[in-house]
Amino acid sequence: MNLVRRVGLTLFAPTLALIVALVISAIVILAIGESPLVALRELFNFGDSSASQIQAVTVILNRAIPLFLAGLAVSIGFRMGLFNIGVEGQYRLATIMAAWVGSAIVLPAPLHLLLIVVVAMAVGAIWAGIAGVLKVTRGVSEVISTIMLNFIAIGLASYLLTGPFRGTPEGSLTIATEDLPESGRLASLNGLLGQLGLAQPRTDLSGFLIPAIVVGVVVAVVVKRTRFGFDLRASGLNPAAATTSGVNAKGMVVKAMLISGGLAGLIGLPDLLGDTYHYGTEFTSGLGFLGIAVALLGRNNPLGIAFGALLFGFLDRAALSLQFAGIPSQVVTIIQGTIVLAVVIANEVARRIAIRQAERSGANLPTAGPPAGEQPATVAT
Amino acid sequence: MIEAIPTIDGAAPRPASAPIVQVIGLTKRFPGVVANDGVNLTVRRGTIHAIVGENGAGKSTLMKTLYGMHRPDEGTIAVNGKHVHFKSPADAIAAGIGMVHQHFMLADNFTVLENIVLGSEPRTGLALDFVGARRKLAEISTSYGLDLEPDALVEDLGVGDRQRVEIAKVLYRGATTLILDEPTAVLVPQEVDELFGNLAELKSEGLTVIFISHKLDEVRRVADSITVIRRGTTVGTADPNSVTARQLAEMMVGSELPTLETRDSTVTDEVVLGVEDLTVLLPTGRPVVDSVSFQVRRGEVVGIAGVEGNGQSELVETIMGLHELAAGTLRFGAEDMTGWSTRQRRESGVGFIPEDRQRQGMLLDAPLWENRILGNQTRPPAVKGIFIDRSAARKDCARIMQEYDVRAPGCDTLAVALSGGNQQKLIVGREMSGNPKLLIAAHPTRGVDVGAQAAIWELLKDARSAGLAIILVSADLDELIGLSDTLYVMLRGRLVAQLDPADVTPEQLGIHMTGAAA
Repeated sequence: MNLVRRVGLTLFAPTLALIVALVISAIVILAIGESPLVALRELFNFGDSSASQIQAVTVILNRAIPLFLAGLAVSIGFRMGLFNIGVEGQYRLATIMAAWVGSAIVLPAPLHLLLIVVVAMAVGAIWAGIAGVLKVTRGVSEVISTIMLNFIAIGLASYLLTGPFRGTPEGSLTIATEDLPESGRLASLNGLLGQLGLAQPRTDLSGFLIPAIVVGVVVAVVVKRTRFGFDLRASGLNPAAATTSGVNAKGMVVKAMLISGGLAGLIGLPDLLGDTYHYGTEFTSGLGFLGIAVALLGRNNPLGIAFGALLFGFLDRAALSLQFAGIPSQVVTIIQGTIVLAVVIANEVARRIAIRQAERSGANLPTAGPPAGEQPATVAT
Repeated sequence: MIEAIPTIDGAAPRPASAPIVQVIGLTKRFPGVVANDGVNLTVRRGTIHAIVGENGAGKSTLMKTLYGMHRPDEGTIAVNGKHVHFKSPADAIAAGIGMVHQHFMLADNFTVLENIVLGSEPRTGLALDFVGARRKLAEISTSYGLDLEPDALVEDLGVGDRQRVEIAKVLYRGATTLILDEPTAVLVPQEVDELFGNLAELKSEGLTVIFISHKLDEVRRVADSITVIRRGTTVGTADPNSVTARQLAEMMVGSELPTLETRDSTVTDEVVLGVEDLTVLLPTGRPVVDSVSFQVRRGEVVGIAGVEGNGQSELVETIMGLHELAAGTLRFGAEDMTGWSTRQRRESGVGFIPEDRQRQGMLLDAPLWENRILGNQTRPPAVKGIFIDRSAARKDCARIMQEYDVRAPGCDTLAVALSGGNQQKLIVGREMSGNPKLLIAAHPTRGVDVGAQAAIWELLKDARSAGLAIILVSADLDELIGLSDTLYVMLRGRLVAQLDPADVTPEQLGIHMTGAAA
């Protein structure tokens, strides 16, 4: 009874939200004179051959990896009630610095990769840390400071790209940093796919998949199983009680921002190390903001964030095939937006129901999902 | 005296008036808990009927059932002799039963009148009929002596006024039976007197009041009849004119009450905490703690009396390392702990029962075992190296629940589900579990029921005998006098008197606290 209830409550909110979002999206598609059924078919149309199916999965995974990292970065702040809206600026700045350092230096392969990763994490951490320090010393809301730091970071990255870090010759059409040398590149997982006896996708499956999974596991363990994670969650649940229990509130804010920014520094690396090998004007943007949505979808839980990232990757993949079917690709953005809204609302409703039940009965009930709750969140099926 | 229940027969004992509310065999179960079990209650028209019981005994569940907030699993409710099945509070209101909640539900930026009509707006066509509403409110206000100013903003009102607005709101909806959930919990003594005056008015107009409380003296003053609830069931009714507070308390707790007598002194010469010239400044620069010096020795309870807001909270919070001190030193044993962080202090053996347990002492949305870890994040058994030891924390949480009689379904229960007394017992158990050398107890029994209060007193006394040094801040003068070995009075940030608890009366203490002695 209890277990059924628990699972039911955990699954209830995201499932309901997904259905609501799909219904709203269907109405929108109908309103623009297209068929929702065609859209739905295109979403799941992975092609007929196993090669094209592998290709579809690869595209989804490649999109999901940076989104997952972005969601993790945001979730660390959310866990203690900090809104790091600056993930966008943190990863853009981190990526260009890492790209520049990586192209300027030649080291043996593992060390070279390690250096690039360390530079990216350090830049991201420092940029987020500014907001943390401003908050604890001057009481500046991190929401305001991280948003403003986004503008500065993006401006700074543009300046560096067109100025000192520019690796393409004057007058060329592309503006980018110099390409990373071979030793600074990460091999794709296509070889592994081959060994598993699967068809080779046309696109490389990013080698960053494995580090991303490791990072996810580490974050999960740190947040749920360590003293530090306990302090972090306690600070989010009740700052006054955390302070009374001996948590250094100011130190915690700075640490959380540093970790959040450090994770944000990783977001651009799958593309940088495995695909483009340089940072340029066409480098993927917007991942930081999508990360906020992914973290909300996943209720700050690494497993949930993985689901959220995969769901977004899945929807993004369909953008092209929807266009072939005559449906504007913006439909995908609409679906994503309604899902996030619906999930946030459903989570809050479920949380209130759970709290009310717990208060009323003194019975053994799980939280159905406070922002800092720790039940595994299953976002999409 | 105390009659045995059940007095189910509606007709007989007191011919004074007919029963307006009659509950028979009411049972309400929640998963894992039977909140009400065979409750019988007969409330007569035109009386003030008190329901007393410990926190968590099931008073609120019973009242919520009466008010239609949840439905009973068994048993019947009759109003005016007719069986009723309330599906929602709206049904209860239609039957003439209204409820004034402990926590006011008023919109601050609305006027009294607007708040009262909120939810049952009078209409003429599409427009709101404020003229009619105002007339009706004036009638209610004068006939029951509520003295309400319809155009005052609620945010400008004091607690007592807000409560009267809540009462008027219920009356406006036509209630003839009012349920008041712990109405005096938020009031100062003068306001309590006013409230009781209002209740008498209501009674004289023929209305019925059901009054929930665990303040026994008040109940005896105001009620015409008292029903006692213990562990979910009604254990008896009593006549307030003949029953003593102590008898009532024993009915509530179900056993003889332990008395608060000081035992033999266990004070030693070993100084655990030395506070020297401690000064703490407010942001404005005014000292809130002003050159305070005292010592606490092993086996000693140092009581700090004072009217609230005279610096006691800041004093103990500074000893915990939660405020910066402007001057002075703190010695812990032989060491200077002035510069230590809160965590270092806790690790060294300082336990803290904060005055606001929900704000400072608990993670309400977290399970009990995580609350067990709070404050012990760096010490076994809750942690192993840098990791949280979940199974050990759960096990130790279960131990605390058992040893300290924390009544909850289990360690995975959310803290928010516990009654105040049980939350407090968990905190006491947790703070004692690290074998502290010094315990700072700020209002350890505030808002807890008699049973939990007695249990906490016993725990503190045992710990003192075992050599614990205790700082006790309390507003309960009997508690201070009964537990303390040394008693200081704090006034405007200074320790103004040192008294011997063996020969001071609460009255004398009160005189010192208000500064009248100087």
